[in-house]
Amino acid sequence: MGEELKVIVFALAEEEYGIEVDKVRTIERMSPITRVPKTAAFIKGVMNLRGVVVPVVDLRGRFGLPEQEPTDNSRIIVVAVDDLEVGFIVDSANDVIDIDTDNIDTPPEIVGGVKAKYLHGIAKLGDSRLLIMLNLVEVLNKNEIEQLMQLEG
Amino acid sequence: MDMNAYLSMFIDESNDHLQTLNENLLRLEGEPEDLSIVQNIFRSAHTLKGMSATMGYEDLAALTHEMENVLDLVRNSKLKMDSFIFDTLFKGLDALEAMVQDIVNGGTGKADVTSIVTALQSIFNGEHKKSEPDQKAAAASDSSNADKPILLLDEYQTSVLKQSIDSGHQAYHIHVTIREDCLLKAVRAYMVFNLLEAHGEIVKSEPSVQDLEQEKFDRSFTVFTITQTKLEDLHTQIMNVSEVESAVVTLLDEESLHLLSTPTANQQAEAEVKKAKEEIAAAIAVVEKKEEEVTKAPAAVAPRKEAPAQAAPAAVNRTIRVDIDRLDTLMNLFSELLIDRVRLEQLSSEIKRNDLTETVEHMTRVSTDLQNIVLKLRMVPVDSVFNRFPRMIRDLAKSLDKKIDLVITGADTELDRTVIDEIGDPLVHLLRNSVDHGIETVEERIAAGKSEVGTIFLRAYHSGNHVFIEVEEDGRGINQERVLKTAIKNGVVTEDEAKKLSSDEINMLIFAAGFSTAEKISDISGRGVGLDVVRSKITSLGGNVTIDSAFGRGTKFSVQLPLTLSIISAMLIKLGSEKYAIPLSSIVETSIIRRSQILNVHGNLMIEFRNTVIPLVSLSRVLETPDFNDSAEEETEIVVVRKGEKWAAVTVDEFIGQNEIVLKTLGKYLTNIEAISGATILGDGQVALIIDPNALIK
Repeated sequence: MGEELKVIVFALAEEEYGIEVDKVRTIERMSPITRVPKTAAFIKGVMNLRGVVVPVVDLRGRFGLPEQEPTDNSRIIVVAVDDLEVGFIVDSANDVIDIDTDNIDTPPEIVGGVKAKYLHGIAKLGDSRLLIMLNLVEVLNKNEIEQLMQLEG
Repeated sequence: MDMNAYLSMFIDESNDHLQTLNENLLRLEGEPEDLSIVQNIFRSAHTLKGMSATMGYEDLAALTHEMENVLDLVRNSKLKMDSFIFDTLFKGLDALEAMVQDIVNGGTGKADVTSIVTALQSIFNGEHKKSEPDQKAAAASDSSNADKPILLLDEYQTSVLKQSIDSGHQAYHIHVTIREDCLLKAVRAYMVFNLLEAHGEIVKSEPSVQDLEQEKFDRSFTVFTITQTKLEDLHTQIMNVSEVESAVVTLLDEESLHLLSTPTANQQAEAEVKKAKEEIAAAIAVVEKKEEEVTKAPAAVAPRKEAPAQAAPAAVNRTIRVDIDRLDTLMNLFSELLIDRVRLEQLSSEIKRNDLTETVEHMTRVSTDLQNIVLKLRMVPVDSVFNRFPRMIRDLAKSLDKKIDLVITGADTELDRTVIDEIGDPLVHLLRNSVDHGIETVEERIAAGKSEVGTIFLRAYHSGNHVFIEVEEDGRGINQERVLKTAIKNGVVTEDEAKKLSSDEINMLIFAAGFSTAEKISDISGRGVGLDVVRSKITSLGGNVTIDSAFGRGTKFSVQLPLTLSIISAMLIKLGSEKYAIPLSSIVETSIIRRSQILNVHGNLMIEFRNTVIPLVSLSRVLETPDFNDSAEEETEIVVVRKGEKWAAVTVDEFIGQNEIVLKTLGKYLTNIEAISGATILGDGQVALIIDPNALIK
């Protein structure tokens, strides 16, 4: 048995993803977002999180998946990594589970259209359920955003 | 006892005392004859010694002790200050500062200070170059004084007493005797001191305070004090201290004072003093329990004037030290309150109920007052940055062999703490630049027909919503030809561009990145870090720097800074469905123009404004707004903004109004966004971005 790991489970385009619970500050329903000009397309803007201005990223856009209009199930997961605080728009978030670190395997090259470098590993839950663990440091890597900006600009 | 609890207090106070020492030593260097300054220095040194000894920092205490010894001689006019003593004392101070810094960084505050201690001891022993006669005279007066049973006042103490008598205070000579069976004499003495200090001020005590504290006295002690309290009251109160056997309170007048202060008083004079004192004593009916105790009491002690005499007491503000984090928390909480206030105002104007409106209006007024206070709490006098400069200039001038006077004005001007924290380094840079490049050497100055002492003015003052800090010197001024040559050589401008530059623009070149006029790299400035660092720092604080220079006559750097960085007044505007804020400080005016007024000059849109032609910037184009386009409008609202001398008109969709807004950063994830300097939260809870007008003006 490895260590127990508590993760928040969220859905994004048919797949289930996980983020360690201690990296998540809060999960919010969709709230008004103010557009910030001249930023990458997947940066939706900034929101007011109880007096703090927090940038919001559409995770679908970040992973290059087709974006969709928010639904009632859409949630904003606010994560804090190092001194960065960012909100992720996801299709839905409704579960917290414990997984065994022994059950996390290294990811294949591409999973559900998401590049391996954004992933930590894949956790097997039961027989048919797979959970993709996100590598937040890579997802929030700013250098890459700047490169993307230059391509777009 | 857990000393850690006191450590931060110790550090804070040590720094304060070191600063006082530094300042006063500098003042003393200017007026070596002023003994009241020596008193101040001595007092700070003494407190510092006591604190460090208590905290167990022995090296710190030992060094302070040696400095104190030297100062004591100076204070009692047994030693004249000279440059060697000053240099040694300054070196001592530097060592002390280094030790305290070490403690701040978690060290033990230990340092090898033997060389400084030796130097101080040699001064103390009069070895360094003391003239013989002085020494003898001092010794002579020492021994003659030692024989006398009467307590003598030195010149300084006499003048303090005299001044207070003149100004209507009462000066008393108090002789207190403590009961024989008293176990804690020091405590009783301390209580009496406490009592006297509560009523006035103690000018001198015999034996000295330290000796009293260490119970190095027999049963009685004598105190000179200044107070407003009546003689009888004072007496009663002293007698109320337990275990005090007797107290003789004598009112002093100028005559008795004169007698007391004559240092070479012969026996006759002495007798007179005694007689005078007895007469006065008799005249004012003093309760004396044991007459004989009193007459033999004045203990014959060598006149070591250790009392912490104070110069005319400056009215000290009552202050407390507050953790900066708490102030920041207060500020954050207040910002939230402000957001709610705006929201409430909005709601009440929708609901339109009189009592609600009144309550909200009242709340608005209270919170405005609260805002002023909260902002004031964060204001720090710019002195906390300026106070280290006199010393710095002195040292720089010495090392460059120049003569420089630093004249500081407006040190009490207040700025937000966040600005204060950041402004130090740029100012150091500007000052170093002035000393190194601005002020000429003594020979050059004389050749140019100037006085050999150069002057640097450091001024701070308020103007509108800004604080200005100026560094001005009467040095050589900016050599524009050389600036241009260097700028071209270093590729800052091309030769063609250089021809078109105005005189002001040439001066500003020295702030350009990659520019440095110093022909040889000196230790003082020009270490490859140019003035461009200064400018970028000041700009990042929302400020501005300008130069005014006359070749051969001097240069003035003017730094303009915002008063605060946390709450600003702003104009809220709309672009389609989006709301933005423009800082009011950079708005010149708002108006409406018609499409026909817009001129097209070489493809650039311009408008005529106050008899000049200024560029017209489309905000919706800069910000790429999705649902608004001003080109369709026949009439358009404009905001005229300025950046220094340059103006530009910015087209907007609609004005919402003026508001106090709380500045928020966009966080670390979104940085360097063009034309946006931050964000704020509006009354409806939505985030509005703050426009950076400087980015709109090219």
